[in-house]
Amino acid sequence: MSSHDKYQSHGDSHSSAKAPDEGAYIFLFFLIGFALSMVVGWGVFPTLLYSKKHQPFDFNHKQHLQIVDNGCQSCHFFRTDGSFSGSPRLAQCVGCHNEMQGQSESEKAFFEQYVVQGREVPWLVYSRQPDCVFFSHAAHIHGAKLDCVTCHGHMAASENLKSYEQNRITGYSRDLWGRNISGLKHNSWDRMKMDDCAECHARYQVVHDSSVQTGRDACFVCHK
Amino acid sequence: MKLSRRCFLSFSIGGAVGTALSPLPWKLTDDLSIWSQNWPWTPVPPDGESTYVDSTCMLCPGHCGIRVRKIDQRAVKIEGQENTVLNPGGGVCLLGLSGLQLLYSPTRVKGPLRKIKDDKGLPKWESISWSLAIEEVAKQLMDLRAQGRSHTVASLVGQEDGTVPQLLKRLIKAYGSPHFYHMPSVEDTQGAVLSLSQGIDGFVGLDVENADYILSFGSALLDGFGSPLRMMRAINRLKEQKGTLVQIEPRLSNTAAKADLWLAAKPGTEADLALGMAHVLINQRRFNEDFIYNHTEGFELFAVMVRNSYTPEAVAVTTGIDAATITQTALAFAAAKRPLAIFGHGKGQAPGSMREAAAVNALNALVGNINRPGGLHAMPAYDYIDWPAPFLDGIAYAGFNAKRVDGSGTPSVHRFFEAVDAAPEKLQLLMIAEANPSYSLTGCGKIKQAIKKIPFVVSFSSFMDETAMQADLILPNHLYLERWEDIPMRAGAVRQTVGLCRPVVAPQQNTQHLGDTVIQIAKALKGTVAQSFPWDNYYACLKQTMGNQWQDMNAKGAWEKEPAVVSPEPGFKTESGKLVMMNEPLKKILGAIVPAPEGDEKKFPLQLVAYDSIRLSSGYIGNPPFMNKVLPDTVLKGNEGFVELNPETAGKLGLAEGQSAILTTPHGQVKVRVHLNHGIMPGLLAMARGLGHTAYDGYLSGKGVNTNELIGPVEDPASGLDAAWGIQAILAKA
Repeated sequence: MSSHDKYQSHGDSHSSAKAPDEGAYIFLFFLIGFALSMVVGWGVFPTLLYSKKHQPFDFNHKQHLQIVDNGCQSCHFFRTDGSFSGSPRLAQCVGCHNEMQGQSESEKAFFEQYVVQGREVPWLVYSRQPDCVFFSHAAHIHGAKLDCVTCHGHMAASENLKSYEQNRITGYSRDLWGRNISGLKHNSWDRMKMDDCAECHARYQVVHDSSVQTGRDACFVCHK
Repeated sequence: MKLSRRCFLSFSIGGAVGTALSPLPWKLTDDLSIWSQNWPWTPVPPDGESTYVDSTCMLCPGHCGIRVRKIDQRAVKIEGQENTVLNPGGGVCLLGLSGLQLLYSPTRVKGPLRKIKDDKGLPKWESISWSLAIEEVAKQLMDLRAQGRSHTVASLVGQEDGTVPQLLKRLIKAYGSPHFYHMPSVEDTQGAVLSLSQGIDGFVGLDVENADYILSFGSALLDGFGSPLRMMRAINRLKEQKGTLVQIEPRLSNTAAKADLWLAAKPGTEADLALGMAHVLINQRRFNEDFIYNHTEGFELFAVMVRNSYTPEAVAVTTGIDAATITQTALAFAAAKRPLAIFGHGKGQAPGSMREAAAVNALNALVGNINRPGGLHAMPAYDYIDWPAPFLDGIAYAGFNAKRVDGSGTPSVHRFFEAVDAAPEKLQLLMIAEANPSYSLTGCGKIKQAIKKIPFVVSFSSFMDETAMQADLILPNHLYLERWEDIPMRAGAVRQTVGLCRPVVAPQQNTQHLGDTVIQIAKALKGTVAQSFPWDNYYACLKQTMGNQWQDMNAKGAWEKEPAVVSPEPGFKTESGKLVMMNEPLKKILGAIVPAPEGDEKKFPLQLVAYDSIRLSSGYIGNPPFMNKVLPDTVLKGNEGFVELNPETAGKLGLAEGQSAILTTPHGQVKVRVHLNHGIMPGLLAMARGLGHTAYDGYLSGKGVNTNELIGPVEDPASGLDAAWGIQAILAKA
């Protein structure tokens, strides 16, 4: 018997005796690989993908809403030319905060670092879309009669500002993809990617035909 | 248990399946695709509230009304305002549009600077505070005054109208010096002729909107003459209404190309051509007899002169235009209902020849279209600045009445710098505002040399221009988008209007309004000088000066004087009440032939002329980067400037398109490239004005050639101002 034959026969006897165990063993490795990648994909990856940033100071929407007369639009208003003002400017805030209102840490930080120094508050805007997107608040609020909640959720009821999570690759807010890393959503305001715009536009048949070629809206209607 | 290859494969497959079922690959793909479109070098302007601020452009004498669009506190766009006097159709020119690049230029002077010497003895700039800067000027001025040398102080401004230049003029007078100058322009010559012929101290208004025949003696009507947009619109209207435009110019400029008739007269012979046309009108009795016999004096003398010396045949020899064309053009001019002859070469930045101005004026008089619709209007000087005379103490009185270094007569900037160059001790201190003589005056090499000899030079420039580079102290003025100022409009306006320049944005640098700087210097000088400046600051001075008009002016952005009641009488202010066609002074002027340009014709067989383009700013304001971008590569390619010449001339010189050549004039030598152009007279070379800066920044410096370094001034025998139209030159293969 040659050495080759020996090896062969030894191999054969071994495999025939241990075959069921090895199958399970290999499957175990499959499971380990599967489980690890699932842990990485669902757990580690999102944690690594986003960096947490804090707002300059905390803000209580609920409390402010009880004081103002005109709801959200008291601070987030439309200008006379129809453009939307977005986050309030310091000049609006100092209408009331020209002196300290209360003794909270946030108020102190706001007053000393911004009001006194005349600096604008560098708010981190959760819903800021990429620069290549045109978005008209007027078309959606005045035209389509949407309310703020549809896209921004129950911001008005919040008592604190959540941390702002910034995508390390794109630099945009996590709220655009949505908090759920799977991209699934339960509410209309959970995420705000292009598909979400399209979904709502399709649902309400808000499809225009600015492009002669496609019979639909041209890219530049929403994109720069 | 033993790890086998299969285990590893199984692990990998499990990992792959798990990864595919996790969001990782899908999310990563999405993010990477977004990342690949994130171009951090693309500027993303911050969002904000959009507003408009109306103001007046100060980048050229046109002074168009502008509307500046702002996002929050940032100016983002300059647009034209409609229905303003000098720009009734709205719109804005390229320079006006580029104003934001001047405002936000990273190379602006950021605050007061003092020139000091570093360890190696080389000059360098040191930032100082405003109080120290004012103190420094005041100390220099006080020292000179104490030595009884107040008359050795001078000031040069871009133009004299308006409260800011007048404050500086007042400072010079109250301090005790006769030396106050402004940069020369065609308005000086036009004004002198107006004064002689009509007895009116003021400026020329051109009713181009109502003219039906425009005879332009080299005016760049479509390239920035007077008020550029108004002129363009007027020419468009003229063409729409089948009017006629005749352009007299040796080069096929944009205006010549759009003209109905282009007369390429030899440069420097335009006055002869005008007088030749006058000859035709008189000889064929095609002049306006009613106007000539009832409203002019000296016509007979004028007629004798043109009859004897300016027959079309004689003029044809001088100008190179054949006699028949001269005759036909003159007759067509006379046959028009509202003919208008315009004097002023290019954009009108040079004073030009008095003889030519007087001859063109005579043409307008012969057709009687003076102070009438579509004609030439005599506009009285602005008189709204009604300050009491400054207090003069003994020193001021003596100093103010001292002899000017440039001699008596019309103050001449060229003569002034020549005198300073010859006898530097006569000038100890020079203050320069809104002017860049070391670049924009002909023969600027010699001007630079003279300025170098002045012991103390103060510049108020907001830019590191050629003159500011030579200064010992820079007290930067706000830019026009950052300041208040009244702007009395000229540039051919037919209605007196004072525009308001108002701050669009807060000062971007540590600059100060020139008006405030002057008031502060005056107050620091104490005594009668300080007493002559009762205002707390410039804004108070402006408001008080405008008086009752302030409110209206602030609301409308300009104050317009009520138009004069239309009268059948032309309203001449001469002794006889008539327009003077000819008297002794005018006879002298019409006989005062401008000397030939510098240079021996044998040594320099060609002639170099400079031309103006609306794509080039050639005055105090340097060309902003936007404008450089639209220059054709037959004017500037890379850093190389071009000279235009006729292919026939190029053939004789053995030069081909794009070839490098050496251009030499009595004033200097430069390397240029050649551009062949059938639209230029053989024997002539042409270069664009506005290039060849040696100062400013990398966007402007070292690009092309400054024609003022090659062309020297030629003194007009009548006015003493610069009447150079070119220079003898030689071009040879490099």
